[in-house]
Amino acid sequence: MNTYSLSLHRPFRDRSFGLVRKFLRINWLFVLLVCALAGVGYAALYSAAGGAAQPYATSQLYRFLTALLLMLAIAMVDIRAIAKISWVAYALGILLLVVVMKFGHTGLGAKRWFIIAGVQIQPSELMKLFLVLALASYFHRASYERAGNPLFLIPAILAILLPVGLILKEPNLGTAVIVALIGATVMLGAGVRWWKFALLAAVIAVAAPVIYHHLHDYQRARIVTFLNPGSDPLGAGYNIIQSKIALGSGGFSGQGYLQGTQNQLNFLPEKQTDFVFTIIAEEFGFLGSIAVLALLFSIVAIALYTAIRSEHQFGRLVALGIGTNFFLYCFVNLSMVMGLIPVGGVPLPLISYGGSALTAVMLGFGVLMSIHVHRDVEFAVQEF
Amino acid sequence: MRRDSKRRPAFTRRALIVGAAQTAIFGAIAAKLYKLQVSEHGKYALLAKQNSISERLVAPERGLITDRFGAILAGNQQHWRALFLQAQAPDPQTVLANFTRLVPLSDDEKARIAQDLGDRPRYIPVLLKDYLEWPEMAAIEVNIPDLPGVIVEVGATRVYPFGPSLAHTVGYVARPNQAETAADGVLALPGMRVGRTGAEAANDDALRGEPGFDQTETNVHGEVVREVAHDSGTPGDTVTLAIDIGLQQAAVQRLCAQAGSIVMLDAATGEILAMVSNPSFDPSLFDKGVPTATWESWMADPAHPLENKAIAGLFASGSTIKPVITLAALKSGALTADTVLNCPGFFDLGDHRFWCDNHVAHGSITVTTALQVSCDVFFYQVALMTGIDRIAEMAATFGIGTDLGVDLPNASPGLMPTLAWARARGIDWAEGDTVVQGIGQGYTQVTPLALATMIARVGSGMAVGPHVARRIAGELQFGSDPTDWPALDVDDTHLAIVRQGLFEVVNTQAGTAYASRLTLPNVQMAGKTGTAQVHNNSAAEKAKNFNDLTMAWADRPNALFVAFAPYAAPRYAIAVIVEHGNFGADAAAPIARDLMTYALTHDPAGRDTPLIIPPAQQLTEVTAPPT
Repeated sequence: MNTYSLSLHRPFRDRSFGLVRKFLRINWLFVLLVCALAGVGYAALYSAAGGAAQPYATSQLYRFLTALLLMLAIAMVDIRAIAKISWVAYALGILLLVVVMKFGHTGLGAKRWFIIAGVQIQPSELMKLFLVLALASYFHRASYERAGNPLFLIPAILAILLPVGLILKEPNLGTAVIVALIGATVMLGAGVRWWKFALLAAVIAVAAPVIYHHLHDYQRARIVTFLNPGSDPLGAGYNIIQSKIALGSGGFSGQGYLQGTQNQLNFLPEKQTDFVFTIIAEEFGFLGSIAVLALLFSIVAIALYTAIRSEHQFGRLVALGIGTNFFLYCFVNLSMVMGLIPVGGVPLPLISYGGSALTAVMLGFGVLMSIHVHRDVEFAVQEF
Repeated sequence: MRRDSKRRPAFTRRALIVGAAQTAIFGAIAAKLYKLQVSEHGKYALLAKQNSISERLVAPERGLITDRFGAILAGNQQHWRALFLQAQAPDPQTVLANFTRLVPLSDDEKARIAQDLGDRPRYIPVLLKDYLEWPEMAAIEVNIPDLPGVIVEVGATRVYPFGPSLAHTVGYVARPNQAETAADGVLALPGMRVGRTGAEAANDDALRGEPGFDQTETNVHGEVVREVAHDSGTPGDTVTLAIDIGLQQAAVQRLCAQAGSIVMLDAATGEILAMVSNPSFDPSLFDKGVPTATWESWMADPAHPLENKAIAGLFASGSTIKPVITLAALKSGALTADTVLNCPGFFDLGDHRFWCDNHVAHGSITVTTALQVSCDVFFYQVALMTGIDRIAEMAATFGIGTDLGVDLPNASPGLMPTLAWARARGIDWAEGDTVVQGIGQGYTQVTPLALATMIARVGSGMAVGPHVARRIAGELQFGSDPTDWPALDVDDTHLAIVRQGLFEVVNTQAGTAYASRLTLPNVQMAGKTGTAQVHNNSAAEKAKNFNDLTMAWADRPNALFVAFAPYAAPRYAIAVIVEHGNFGADAAAPIARDLMTYALTHDPAGRDTPLIIPPAQQLTEVTAPPT
């Protein structure tokens, strides 16, 4: 270690850099924002329980602290090491998806999760990260020209379609679409030509009726309900209506903390999970909603910033994928509670109650921080 | 790094495009949030309120019925009932078992509860037990932790503090029937009652009041979280009856166990001060539902306890009709104050002989004496001279055989026959039929109220109409002020002749009711006895007497008495009928005297003017005025 190794901005090209240095290189603004969102989540879950730390807020706090430690630990792991195990992780993800189909617990009519050592595992959440790692690892070696070669894309497309197919089988339409979108975004970042995405969009437009035909009844019901929420006020459309009422009744400055009638009187089922945003919106109004929206947006922005700053393609693509994953979580969840897209069982990351999505997101943030810490490591490109 | 020269800028470009798209989407979300939360806040705030606030109509408290001095005749008493909300009970069967251990339930009740629990949504409470006793309620409250979902709620019961004493006049309430709830949705509210008879029915609209509401915040299961607003509604108006409960109870006690009826009026206003129909019933039974056995016993009772005899009981008037016969005859000119008719003890018409009472020959007498001694033969002749239609016309003037317009349901007008009436019914009207009209027999049917009205009008000379409601919500009702009533279209001198006769009935030794004269100083009562045959006597009975005590009770004549007092300034009028009481003078007149004494000493009519006895009438002894 030479004298200017103390500088945080010293190029970081070898493994000799100490853990303390790495730790200090973590984007602490990002960590602060993540903690702030978790704090918002704590407040919302405290309110969801009618003004009590039990049963949601405290346990979620412990989960978050655990996940935070995990995130910081992963941030210390060399990004090149992570890149090396990308395909292993991908294979593990696929294996978990298969296992969950065979042995998983059924929730909301779908086999989505199982429990290992007391921890609820939802393989589809992990799969998002693992797919991003695998795709990034694949395109890390590809030059811009190479990424333009259609034949080169076939393994990547297959790598995306395999987990998407398995998740559709669960069945979990929303997550399958999200996984596909994340994969597509990583490919876009890798330099796949625009016209190919246009072609894909055209194909989907043609295939949509056929896909609709093969959807489960409940999935169709969601789409129909989405198109006309008032048709069945106490059935599937009930959630959307009650959610919009909760948002709308919040007004500009909210009904006051612990004062939201929609929340406190249980008009929203499962409000502590998917509809947690309605609690904030109802009790803190438009101001609270926008504040949370700003926090979420900051996370997405920092992920993108991390991607752009990364000096290696792997880091860029992974950061883009992780940022997109988080963005899609937010977009789907918020659109859902506002009645813009069909209800999809997608939680609001860091705020909703539940361990599986939180763990997956924080794992991703750990990798993101690792990219940030190891943004300028020497990461040789071995072209195919 | 060299290979990055092309793909890094490409990545950055594309990442920024992705970032721009994401920013745009966040912006769209923010815009949509603004629309939902700020622009459309009003709409959703209303929806949220409708969501959480459930409004329930609350039955208004039924108005009170009081006597003229404010004593409560019909009131409301809170009672407690136990309800059960399944939604709050994890294990309803255990709760019910626990409840039954504390409050015994009959098999019928258990079956009903089981059915209700099956039928109703879980958030609609089911009645477990109405009218909880205090120990039961205490037991429930103490054990409430073992009884999740059990609610003790307050309800109102209609109570009648004076019970059977005034049951017919005040009436009773019952749960509305299906037709009524269909016609007026408010009646469907639990606790609503509808007046079925008496003042409860006649003043139902005033007593009912306006329903209130109970706004409660409910959660998604409909369970009540808290009460937001409560409006008890507008209680029904208080209806003040003209009844004096003291006089009423005196009348009830005086009639005692005898079947019959008493009506006492304010002679100047027609206000009903007391009205008894005996036997009576317990009106409070109707609120909860009359037990079958009780109902059957009422139906089987020959004395008809449910019927208000005072307004619907139809009786032969007997001799109490004679003042009306007299006035009709005087008006027709067939009779004057000086007309003398002979009574040999009987009156022959064709081959039929009409007997005088007790076959007594009264000799040659004038009308006042005929009234005084109640000579039947005199009035046989008078009726025949006057004619049935003139009698009916005069009877109608005095409220007999006509609709009195009393503010109580199911009042009967009674009957005074006319030739047209007889023709319409195919009755071949014979002169003999007119003869017996002269003594209030034959077709004549009067109610006690009509008799009381008649004697009140004779006394006051005013066309007073009987009515029981004095004030509603404090407002004096029409008829309760003496100036509301016009003078009768009857010659004053004629009235004076009749009053003179009635005075002599009570206040002269020869009078039929002399034994029942008032014992108060300076005040006299004028009245008329009646003993009305209820039985077509056989020839053998006619040869003896029709009011023999050897006759079966149901065959004995009804005893009647009508009176007004004070003679000089009539204020109170009374009609007494004792069914099968034999002689009016013996059975009915003493009751009238005692009640009149009560009225005169307590003066419930109590207007601003005290009882003024003119100096000429201030006698220390009761004697007949100079004739």
